[in-house]
Order: sequence, then C-alpha cells, then structure tokens
Amino acid sequence: MSAFPTESLLDELKSQLPGVQVELLRNEAPSAQHSWLVASKDAIVVASWLLEEAGFDYCSNVTGVDWPDYLEVVYHLYSVEKRLGPVVLRMRTEDRGEKVHLPSLAPLWRSAEFQEREVFDLFGIIFDGHWDLRRILMWDEFVGHPMRRDYVEPDDYEYEPTAHDEIAEKARKHAASAGGAE
Amino acid sequence: MNSDLLHGVPADTITRREVSYDHEGETLEVSMGPHHPSTHGVFRMDVKLEGERIVRLKPVLGYLHRNHEKLGEKSTYLGSIPYTDRLDYFCSMTNNWAYCIAVEQLAAFEVPERAQYLRVILAELTRLQNHASAVGFLVQDMGASGTPLMYAFRQREKILDLFEALSGSRMMCNYMRFGGCRVDLPAGWLDQLKVLMNGFPAFLDEFEKLLVSNEILMARTQGIGEVSAKIAINAGITGPMLRAAGVNYDLRKVDGYGIYPRFDFKVPLGEHGDVYDRYMVRVLEMRESVKILNQAIAQLPEGPILDPKAKLRGFRPKAGESYGRIEAPKGELGFYLISDGSPNPYRYRIRPPSFVNLTVLEDMCLGANIADAVIILGSVDIVLGEVDR
Repeated sequence: MSAFPTESLLDELKSQLPGVQVELLRNEAPSAQHSWLVASKDAIVVASWLLEEAGFDYCSNVTGVDWPDYLEVVYHLYSVEKRLGPVVLRMRTEDRGEKVHLPSLAPLWRSAEFQEREVFDLFGIIFDGHWDLRRILMWDEFVGHPMRRDYVEPDDYEYEPTAHDEIAEKARKHAASAGGAE
Repeated sequence: MNSDLLHGVPADTITRREVSYDHEGETLEVSMGPHHPSTHGVFRMDVKLEGERIVRLKPVLGYLHRNHEKLGEKSTYLGSIPYTDRLDYFCSMTNNWAYCIAVEQLAAFEVPERAQYLRVILAELTRLQNHASAVGFLVQDMGASGTPLMYAFRQREKILDLFEALSGSRMMCNYMRFGGCRVDLPAGWLDQLKVLMNGFPAFLDEFEKLLVSNEILMARTQGIGEVSAKIAINAGITGPMLRAAGVNYDLRKVDGYGIYPRFDFKVPLGEHGDVYDRYMVRVLEMRESVKILNQAIAQLPEGPILDPKAKLRGFRPKAGESYGRIEAPKGELGFYLISDGSPNPYRYRIRPPSFVNLTVLEDMCLGANIADAVIILGSVDIVLGEVDR
C-alpha cells in the first residue's frame, strides 16, 4: 500500500480557500500518513471543502489523543467514490481544563455521531454542534474521563494472593483506607 | 363453587381498576435487552412504541466495556495481540491481522510469502464461519429455532477444529505476529482443509436451497430496514451492510492489502439495502471466499513464516503513527497506533465495524414493527465484544 499524497491536496485547498489555518504535520513512520492540523475556527470550512469539493465522503475513524498540554481529536477520511485516502485531520483544544470545546463534524459525516460521543465520554472533549452528546460506553452517572492519562482509578482493589510491585502498593493503600482490614 | 372467590381469592380483597381500551395516541416505552437473546450479547434498545410500530429507538451500549484501549496503552506491542482476539470473538484471526498491519506500517516489516498466504487462508476461513453463523442467527431471530443455526454451526465447528489444530484454541487463536505468523501448519492440516473445501459448496447449496427462496424468509426480510447508498456511506457503514446498499467498496479490492490482488474473486452487491440483501450478500460472499481459498491452497509456497527482522519482544518502533485497516467479516476493522518510541503504544485505538454500523439502527427501525427490529439488528451482525471494547 502506498501512502496517499496529502501534500498536493493541501496545496489545492490553500489555493481555493486562502486564509484558512491548516498546517501539515509530517509523520516519520514508514506509513507516511501525514496529517493536517486545522485551527478549530476553520475546521468546518476545511471539512466541508473536503466533503463537497474533494469528494472525501467517508469518515472512517474518529478518536481522541491526550497530550501533556492539550487534547487532540483525529479524523481519518477516505473517498469511497474515488477510492482515495486517508486524509488525517487533527484539531487541538486550547488546554486540558476548561477550554476543551471543538466543533463537531458529525453534521457533515454521520459516522462521527457515535465516535464523537465516545471521545466525549472517554476524553472529555466537548463537541459544539453535536445534537446528542451523551456518554456512550460509560454509564450516565459516571464521573471523569477514563482515557485521560491523569485519570485516577477507583479504589476497587480485589484480593490477590501474590500481589507484588504496584499491585502490592495498591493493596497497602486500600488496606489503610479501609481501616486496616486486610 | 363460592362466587365470592375469584381464582380462590376473596373478591373484595382485589382492588378493581378502571380499564381504558382507548389507547389512541398513547406510546409505550419498552426496554429491549440487555438480556434479550436477539441482542447477541448485552445490548439494550430503548424503544418507544405506538401499538407495534417503533417511533423512537435509542441503542444503549457499554455493558461489556472494559476500556480495551487503555489496556493496549499499558501493554507492549506484542502483549496486545491476545487481547485483540477478544474484540470480535468470532473472528480472532482477522482482528490479529488488522493489528499486525498497523504495526507493520509503523516499522516497515516484510511479511514472507508463505505467511501472506496463510493469513489469506485463515482470514477467508474466518469469513466463512462468521457469515455462516450470521445467517444462521438471522434465521433464528425470525423464529426458526435451532435447526438452521445448527446447519451453520456444524460447518463452523469444522473450521474451528482447523483453527484449534493450528493455534491451540478454537476462538482465541492469537496466531498472527507482526512480520508473519506464530507457527507453521501441522502435518496433515492442509489435507484436512482440502477435504473441507471440497465439501463446502455442497453445504452452501443445501443452505441456499433451504433458505434463499423460502417464502416466509422473503416476506419477513424484503423491504425491511432499508438504508440508501448515500446514507450508508455518510454514516460510515462498511462490510456486507454497505455492499448490500449497492456500494462497491471492499477493502480487499480497494486497498489490496496482503496479497489479495493476486486472487480472482468478485464483490457481490445488493440493490435495495434491506435485510434480505444483507443476508444474500453474505451468502454470495461465502462462495467467493471458497474461490479465494481454493486458489490460495493451490499456490501456497514453502518458506519462512516470520520476517527475521521482526523483533517481537522488546519491540520499540520509532516515533510516528499509522492507521491500518482490513476488510474484516463485519466491515472495516482499523487500528490506529501512535508510537513515542517506548515499548508501549502512546495511543492504541480500534475502529470497530459493528460499533459504527449501529449508527443508523434507529433510522432503519423507525416505522417498522417491533418484531422487525429484532431481525434488523440481526442483519447488522454485531458482536458486543467489539462494540463495547
């Protein structure tokens, strides 16, 4: 499988839509699937161009990534009609605290409906414009976002006869919090 | 008999309620699942009914959620392979393959010829047993209890016997490795496979004769749960469900991963995108899989089965990312990996076909009868191990 040349498509986009903020992020792995980093204010414009002008009618994968300073959402777009792809679209939040809003692309590609819900559920990115942004895998009353790297697991330690290393440490903490009953 | 007793209970102890037979405009909310047998696992549909017609349907997922992706981030690249078996537990071989493709793209491993053929053989066997049981389950959901499903399971068990002889396990095969496969074929395995393949067309003939032109089956499935090609593409539907809507998109042809371009096979397409077409596409795909298998058996070369460059233990790919996808029996199965140069992936994401295929479940069911919702769900062919991850 040879990699899809996204550079020429990006040049085409920039010539047709001057002023949009898109940056090419190179991927050094042999897969050479380079990605486009889109400013969240221009995301809808760029995505609509990809869907309507460039024919990328199929959004295969939507996922979140937790980086130390920001959260990121990644879309893998393909064209069923022209059999091209992938165009990898990325958007970044401003920080990891309050400013985690990004525009939803579910109105353009319906396949993002459940997948954006999953990213909201597990990473806590809020998609503005999504019509049904609820938790999907975790239950509604759940607090926190388990795929974030700073997520602290609940203290639901179960007895293990040969605990060692971090499990032994966890067991000791559990015993202390449960009043020493071990 | 004492007339004061109603079913043996004194009549005045029973509170009599006003009964209204005027149900016009009233809706009833039913929770189908999570233990309903037709949901093929733990899946719930929150259904609002007007009489028997569905006016709203919300899928509720996550009963089997174990945060597989977090487990993947905590484990090494090699350590994740057995976990991938447990995604779609019907098709562990194709799960392995999709993950291996993503890793191979990250590190540029060359898969030896023999391993490529073995992968194709095992993936097509997986497709055969998945489609056979999917069709069997669909007929079971329509009320044909047991018998048709057992026809499918009889054949599936023969394939699982081959998997067990090769990998040691019927369903949790843990067979492929990045850069090749784990073990070579045991003695006599290929002969057993040839016997199975010689008998398979007869099984398909029998299966089709029983079902394809069955009047009840046609009445229950034709025109039910239709999805147009446009919506199917936009909603990311893949696999037999997409092709039933008439879209010619099979990754074995489009991406030509592995060595699929060498084989001569067709991509069956539907026309209406209803339950019947989905079912027929699966039946026809089994015929094509048999064709691929016969070609692969005839061409299978001798040689090594693992790239000598592939370092399985302590594998640390250079920083980068890759998205690898294959045509799994249920649709496009993708793995997205980000490496930061450490022994564990920084991000390990699975793009599960059955999860995304559920997006249009409500659209398909609106206006249908509640009994049809069961077969519409059956025609999507979901496995909850993959939906919930």
